[in-house]
Amino acid sequence: MPALPLDEAGKYVAGAYVVFLLLILVYVAIMAGRLSRLERELGELDDAVARRTPPSASSNGHDPAERVSAREGDR
Amino acid sequence: MLYGKRLRGLAVASALVLSVAFALAFFYAPLDADQGFVQKIFYLHVPMAIVCLGGFIFGGICAIGLLRTGDRKWDLRSYVAIHLSLILGVGVLLTGMIWAKASWGSWWVWEEPTLVAFLVAFLLYATYQPLRFSIEDPEKQARYAAVFAVVAGAFVPLNFLAVRLAESLVHPRVLTATGGTMPGAMRLTFIVAVVGMTGLFVTLWKYEMASKNATFRLRALRRRLGDDELPPARRSAAPAAPS
Repeated sequence: MPALPLDEAGKYVAGAYVVFLLLILVYVAIMAGRLSRLERELGELDDAVARRTPPSASSNGHDPAERVSAREGDR
Repeated sequence: MLYGKRLRGLAVASALVLSVAFALAFFYAPLDADQGFVQKIFYLHVPMAIVCLGGFIFGGICAIGLLRTGDRKWDLRSYVAIHLSLILGVGVLLTGMIWAKASWGSWWVWEEPTLVAFLVAFLLYATYQPLRFSIEDPEKQARYAAVFAVVAGAFVPLNFLAVRLAESLVHPRVLTATGGTMPGAMRLTFIVAVVGMTGLFVTLWKYEMASKNATFRLRALRRRLGDDELPPARRSAAPAAPS
């Protein structure tokens, strides 16, 4: 089969590279969904720890919420 | 082991190398005398196929680690490698079909051993996840999946050796034992693309490993805290947390 002219070949080449890009994007989107679930679970765990921590500890910087915001502040 | 360590640097480096490879493919590598502009798909399709098959073999090597040591971290490594290779395999099939349509005028050529061999390998690995899902006991699941990964991993190079020995109809033999027929600029572009694609695979592998490990550690922490709201472990194809 003779080589396709540039305008026609371009569609196929673009299609192949777009397929690759879409594949990576879908993968990253799925992983992002998992990450947000992980974050939600971490938040629930944080709440569970906060419920167990005696109220006096929170004033000493042992409050998990304080710890999280302190960690976020470090970034 | 912290899989997320140096992940950002690796991701940036992989993205950079892959971008350079694609830039070289379009602005540096000469147009193919036979296929013209369509041949640019080569710099995406072939590195992806090589890394995909390499990933299957890597999954088999990790599975040997599980069978030798019994440590379930090897099961997770093998699972993630095969999972990613399957995703790349979808890309190889799709880009190959697009290239086939542009070059040969047909989406698929059943008489061509290279295409059919890859499809056979892909379909073989497509049974990996259902196999895992069908086994409930995590220990058994890991062991049986490891045996599968080792046998299938050995099948991949044998399969392609057989294809090499077979007579090709339309699929070109660009990479040969004597060095192939690619001019220098094309060869350089191709090598950069293989390096970039390998970097992408390693990055995504580490990314998924880090994500799975974080999930395992979080669940373990919840269990240690006696979290009553923790749902019971669901039946899954993915490996269970290493004990």
